[in-house]
Order: sequence, then structure tokens, then C-alpha cells
Amino acid sequence: METPAKPKTVEPRQNVVILFAGDSGDGIQLTGAQFTDNNALFGNDVSTFPNYPSEIRAPQGTLAGVSGFQLHFGSVEVFTPGDRCDVLVVMNAAALKANLHKLKQGGIIIANADGFDRKNLRLAGYIDEADPLTDGSLEAYKLHSVDVTKLTRAALEGTTLGMKEKDRCKNMFVLGFINWMFSRELDNSERFLEHKFGRKPELMEANRRVLLAGYHYGETSETFTTRFEVKPAPMPKGTYRSITGNQGTALGLLAGARKAGLQLFYGSYPITPASDILHELSRHKNLGAITFQAEDEIAAIASAIGASYGGALGVTASSGPGIALKIEAMGLAFMLELPLVIVNVQRGGPSTGLPTKTEQADLWQAVHGRNGEAPIPVIAASTPVDCFEMAFEAVQLAVEHMTPVILLTDGYIANGAEPWRFPSSADLPTITPNFIQAPNDGDRFLPYRRDARGVRPWALPGQAGLQHRIGGIEKQDGTGNISYDPANHEKMVRLRAEKVARIADRFRPIRLDSGPPEGDLLIVGWGSTYGAIRTAALQMQAEGHSVAHVHLRHLFPFNKGLGPLLRKFRQVLVPEMNSGQLRQLLRAEYLVDARGLSKVQGLPFTSEEIRNAALDLLTHNTTAAAATQA
Amino acid sequence: MNTTNASPAAPAKADFSSDQEVRWCPGCGDYSILKQVQTLLEQSGRRKEEVVFISGIGCSSRFPYYLDTFGLHGIHGRAPAIVGGLRSVRPDLSVWMITGDGDALSIGGNHIIHLLRRNVDVNVLLFNNEIYGLTKGQYSPTSPEGAVTRSTPLGSTDHPFNPLALVKGADGTFIARCMDRDPKHMREVLARADAHRGTSLVEVYQNCNVFNDGAFEAFTEKGSKADNTLFVEHGKPLLFANGTKGISLQDMRPTVIDIGAERSVNDCWVHDERDSFKASLLVRLFDDPRTQGGFPRPFGVLFVKDRPTHEAKLQAQVQAARERKGQGDLDALLRGDHTWEIV
Repeated sequence: METPAKPKTVEPRQNVVILFAGDSGDGIQLTGAQFTDNNALFGNDVSTFPNYPSEIRAPQGTLAGVSGFQLHFGSVEVFTPGDRCDVLVVMNAAALKANLHKLKQGGIIIANADGFDRKNLRLAGYIDEADPLTDGSLEAYKLHSVDVTKLTRAALEGTTLGMKEKDRCKNMFVLGFINWMFSRELDNSERFLEHKFGRKPELMEANRRVLLAGYHYGETSETFTTRFEVKPAPMPKGTYRSITGNQGTALGLLAGARKAGLQLFYGSYPITPASDILHELSRHKNLGAITFQAEDEIAAIASAIGASYGGALGVTASSGPGIALKIEAMGLAFMLELPLVIVNVQRGGPSTGLPTKTEQADLWQAVHGRNGEAPIPVIAASTPVDCFEMAFEAVQLAVEHMTPVILLTDGYIANGAEPWRFPSSADLPTITPNFIQAPNDGDRFLPYRRDARGVRPWALPGQAGLQHRIGGIEKQDGTGNISYDPANHEKMVRLRAEKVARIADRFRPIRLDSGPPEGDLLIVGWGSTYGAIRTAALQMQAEGHSVAHVHLRHLFPFNKGLGPLLRKFRQVLVPEMNSGQLRQLLRAEYLVDARGLSKVQGLPFTSEEIRNAALDLLTHNTTAAAATQA
Repeated sequence: MNTTNASPAAPAKADFSSDQEVRWCPGCGDYSILKQVQTLLEQSGRRKEEVVFISGIGCSSRFPYYLDTFGLHGIHGRAPAIVGGLRSVRPDLSVWMITGDGDALSIGGNHIIHLLRRNVDVNVLLFNNEIYGLTKGQYSPTSPEGAVTRSTPLGSTDHPFNPLALVKGADGTFIARCMDRDPKHMREVLARADAHRGTSLVEVYQNCNVFNDGAFEAFTEKGSKADNTLFVEHGKPLLFANGTKGISLQDMRPTVIDIGAERSVNDCWVHDERDSFKASLLVRLFDDPRTQGGFPRPFGVLFVKDRPTHEAKLQAQVQAARERKGQGDLDALLRGDHTWEIV
């Protein structure tokens, strides 16, 4: 190895946000995920945001085809993938054009110079094909232009790989270089390559060579004089793994089923961004999990209902348009009073909307979207790790209260990853199905005789003496026989609603995420806005503002402590990635003058947007407007 | 339609009948089917609790309420999907699905074809009355072209489904047809369906005496039945019209022949219910006796094929995964492949 011409300095950083961007075929997601792993293994706290186009291979070199992976890692706790980035890695001109506005002033750009030829510049829409790498327009940043393609090919000289295969390794060059830049070792990435290309030693060796070439390039190239170091974060002691929200949901469901002693049946139809739950669950057949790729969304939920009827834990998941198709069957599950978990990994809507972008606009659909009065518990996860906890809770509520439960996550946390100090199975509570073994009325069996919580028994086919018929038609209280009696109908509507309302009795007391127990402003959030709100709230508290943050996990029924809590603050701000759906529910339920902060751009909030709106409300007492374009 | 086989007033007080009052219209063909199913179940020696009836929506779909078994009255068209889920986790039960022409072939069309291709083990009774009864008389996907109904006062412009050709096209593994007015034959067919492992689809011609009376009378009435029906039996020649006519098969082309001096029984197509190609022709014998009348309509078991059931394959995968990776340990699952320690 050559000796570096200049000594390199190492600059400590508390936290760094890095954004990898390139064509959707450039291997950006893999590069980002690998670098994330390396940092997590090193002991940093991490939070990620993959952002990719809905087309599998959008036209090369165009803005529409840009795929991004944002990573925030730190020696301090991090709650979001970061508002703006410190380092922007771009594989072509379009990637730069699409993402430059996300780079901090004075930030670092690492550009693949080969991605800025005339064709790429034209496709990216640079006027007169002016090259930003050479025309001085990037003076405000620290620009490093690197011939990634050329250097990759050079590293692979003498191999038998074709040019296309060689070029496919260039993301490894970037990965190697970035690992050097942030003083990380390559062991983990090498292990990953061995695992991925174990059966193709030639490709493994090629990727490894390019990875090392990228690393050595940092060491030997004179243009790079500074490395950065982000020390491990002071995280609670323990064993960690990395987890995405969709993985968390899948594991939560599996764990819930196991703790309930039930077989998991997962009926689903492929849809972005929920399909990864199906992929994850289908890997765990040895746990008895059955995955069923149904012919459509309706069959997916109907099959899950059939499985629950048979005594398994029926689960279905989808995203907005698929959930719309399932609604009639949700009504059936509600009438049958069988356990069922419905996961909605929300995406931009309406209709097909923005399939790969995130939104929280299905809250009303979840809470209200059924014919007749069919209240179904709605709960929401706030982070990738929380997806595990809420999926587990969804199972618990569904099984112990004999009801369908809707779990809301969204594309942002479903695809994002963070470190998880996973629990041991012994730490998880046992879930008790409301099974019945013998007739409950002399020698008669009454399928709709309720216990003190309003919950009916779960009688499985095969049990002698418990034969009964259930269906979507209104049923007589107790017997479950068809009944059109007017008074009985009203009674049944009430009994079913009361059963669901009583679920709130078991919720833990409401707890502020941060801030004083009373004061000027309460920020009420739900779902994936957690990190941005938490960051903003902590910052404002440090600045001396009387601001608290509560994050709702239970959206229907609400936590009983929520009403009293809202009244302890002079003002209430509800930031949401929709036009104000929770805000309206809160106003309707509690007659509170909650103000909204809306962002409906398919993108998560930045903490800055939340802080600005909160400050605005504190200073001017005005209704916060929509979030400004980042 | 003047007589029915079953009395609506007094359903057989048998072991398998529930305490619920049967509420089909007096004279409905459904009574006959209910009675045969009850009789079959009683004779089968099955325990009531191991039998499950799943239905969709429509007159026929009320069926589960009238049997003292487990029953789930679902939503319109979705019974096949409910069955698929139930079967996946409960291969031990005897599962029956009750559906109609609208439920199975219109709103549930997508589900029924997938049920068939997967070969879920269930006995499907498709009550075909060529009309929407519960919604009071609109044309159905099996109503003949030109059918005058409440929603088609000038006649239906839709070409109808040939249900069993559809079933064959979806690779159904048990295909049969029977009628409400021939209960003995129905019971034989149902017994065969019940014995088959896989999706047994039995189309039952069922008269709706209120909205579409006499839709099948060419097949059911004494005067016309012999000429218009072909009762097939495995290994027997295809004969009808009291043995005076038969069907020959030459160059894969069925032809009606007169049995007499020139052509004999030996010239007839011999029914082989395991022959998939011949079954594809058999289900296509679908002439409308009122307007075409060339071929008689086949009844009986038209096709049978042994193919592993969907649930057997699912369970085998679970089994294989367990043999390969062990029973599965929740802690190992939570831990995953990569961990790191913070000390």
C-alpha cells in the first residue's frame, strides 16, 4: 500500500446525516443498508429513510429514476433520519439535482464524475449541459468529484467480468470509500459479500476488490485530508439487532401468535409498501406460520377470517387501496366477533396515489370507514421498533377481546430501520384466548353470551356440543340466531360498541413523551411523526419553552387520560402527514381547540418544520399553516 | 311447477337439522337439497361437530342455519376465500360450501376459480337457478341470453356462463351436475363429492318457483327428461332417450346417433371420468333444449382427478421447514442473524 502523501486528520462528529442517491439500478439501497449495519455494529444509534421511485427501473439518468437512502447515525440518540444531510453521495447528475436542496450549507458532496457526462447532464435537465462539478455553482459546498466508474473498472482489470458486471460493482467502491471516510472497518461488509455471493466466488471476489479499492482510494488520494469519527452512542446496555418497521410488524405478529398459543395465518395480496411483511413471515414456516398469497385483497382478509374461525390467528395486511377493498369483510369480522389483525402500511393516497411515498391519511378510513356502526380498535406504531410492540399489542387486543383490530404503520417506518434491543420471549406477556370447551347455558351453547368485559366465547369447530351458526346478519343477543327485532338490533349495536370501548380500561395511564405535565403547548402526535416531534420538543424544552409532547398509540378508543391531559395546556398542536384527521377527531371528542400542522407531500416532517410551527403558535397564537417546502 | 319433493312444512326431524325454522319460499328447490344433504350426513356417520358449512349471500346461502353443525354465513361471493383460510389451518374438518349462481359466478367469480385451481378440500354445492332470488328477480350470469327479468325487461343481452366448462377451465378436480327433482341421483353424486379429496364442485339445478319457475323443466319433467338428459356413469356408454339414442365420439367430435340396426351401443362414447380431454368435451354439451336441443345435458360425475390438496401442500411445507430448521424458537427469531452488544 502506498504511503499517503499528506497526513490525514480525524475530525470527531456527534452525529452525521448521509444521503446516498443514484439511479434506481445503482445499488443505492444496498450501499445504504450496508453502511447502516456497519455503524450500528460499531455502536452508533441509527435511523434510516429509504426513498425510491415506484418504477422498478425508471428511465436511467432521469430525475424520476433517482433512488435515495438517508442515514442518520450518531454518538447521541437519534430519533429521525435527519432533516438535512451533512454528506451527499451522488452517482449521477440527476441524483445531485434531485437532492442538493437537502444538503446543509457547507456540506460535503461526493460525486461520481462519470455520471456527469453530457447525456446524464441533459437527462437531469442541466441547461446547456452545464456541468455543476466544474462550473463553480457548487462553491458553497465541499465538492469531491471521483471517477467511480473508471476506478471500479481499473480495480477489476484482468478479471473475466464483462463491462456491465464490472460497472455493477461500483456501489462497492462508494461503500468502501465511505467506510474509510467515517473510520469504519470493512469486516462486516466483507462478511456480507461472502454471504450474498457465496455461490458465485468470482462475483464475490470482484465486489471485495472494489470495496477495498474504494477504501484505499480514501487513504491514498490527496484530495481527502479529513476523516470523521462518530463515537458509539451511550445506548442502554444489551444485545441489539437492526430492524425495519415491516420486520418489526412481522415479528410482533409471530411473537403474539406464539404467546397466545395460536397458529399464525397471514392472508395477503402483494402491495407496496406492505409486501415485506409477507416476505418476512413466509421465511418462518417452521414456526407454524402459514402465509397465503390470496387472489385479491378481499380474499386475503376473508381467508384470514376463515382461519380465525378455525382457531388460528388470522392476520391480513395491505396499504390504502387494498384496505379499501377489505372494508366489507372487516364489517363481517366485527359482526362475527372473531380475532383478526388488519395492518395498514399507509402510503400516499387517494386511489393509487404515491405508492412508494409515506402519508398518514388513512386514519379516518380506519376509524370510520365501514357501513353501519362498526367500531374497530385502531392503534398506531411510531417507529420501526414500535411496530413490533404494537403488532404484539394488536394480537393481544384481538385475541383477548374477540374483535378485529387495525394497526396503522406507514411507508416511512415500514422501510426505515433502527437498532432494537430485542426482548426475550420470557419478557413478553402471555395472551389468553377466550376459548370455551363446553356449553355455557345448561346443555345449550350460547355463542354470543358475553363476559363482564362484553367479550363472547371463541368456540372452535370440532368441539362437541358447541355447534352454532354465525354470520353477518344481525343476530339475537345470546343465541346468535338471525334476528330482525328492532329493539334487539339497537341493543346489539350498543353491546358491540361497549365491548370495544371497554378495551380502553386496560391501557396503561397516558404518559408524556417529554415536557412538563402542564404548560403552554402540548404537541399531540401519532404514528411515524414521532422522531421529528420528539426532536423538536426536546430542542424547544432546552430553549426554555413550556412545551410537552404526547404520542398516541391508541387512536380508537382513545386513552382515558387524554381528555384531562389536553386541558392542562393552553394550546394544542397536532402535526400530521394529512390535512388534519387526528385533529378533527380530538376536536370532536374533547371540544378542544386543537391546531393542526399538515404536510401532505409524501415525505416525513423535518423537526425544523415542527419547531417552526410550534414557535409560531406560541408567539402569534395563529393557526399553523401547512408545512413549508423543505 | 306443480309438485315438490320435500314438504316445506315438515323438514326431516333428523340429527343434523338445527332448531331454526327453514325460511325458503314454499316449493323452493332448496328444500330437496337440504334434505339430501342431511340424509347423507346422517348416513356418513360423521360427528356433527366436525362438519362445517360456509356460505356467501343469497337464498342458498342461508343453508348453514338449518343444519346442526358449525356454520358461517359469510358475505357475498367470498365463501371460497373463507373456506381457503379455514382449510389451511383445519385439515381435520369436513367442510362444505353452499353458493349460488350469482354468488359463485358473478360477485365471487374470482374466488371460485382460485379455489378450484388450488384444489382446496371442500364440497361445493352450486345451486344454479339462473336468477337472483333474494334480491327479487334480476338476471344472473347463468340466465340465458334474452332472459326477461325485472332488470332486463327487454331481455338479457349477456351471454351466460357454462358453469361446468368454467370449472373445467379452472382445473377443477371433481365436476358433477345433478338436479333438485332427482333426489336419489343427487344423493349418489353428493356421496361421491364428499369422498373426493379436493374441491368437489357439484352444480345443482334448483328451481326458483317464484322468480324463474320451470327454468329446468326440459330436464326435470317426465315428458322431456329422457330426451334432454344424459346420465353418465363411469365405464358405461353415453346413452339417453331410454337407450334409443347415444353419443359417439369420432375424431374428437361428439355426434348424436340413433341406436338401432345401423349403430349400436358399441358405437357409443364410453364415459371415462378420469379422462380430462373427454371431460372437456362433455362439459361443452350445453345446448339449450328450448332453442337448440341437439345434445342432451349431461348429469352425474363428469370428471375426477386426484391432485394433492392445497392444505396438504401448505402443511407439508411447514413440516419440511421444521425438519430443516427445527420447531422454531421465539428467542432465536427475535435475535435474528446479526446482533451486537452494547456494554
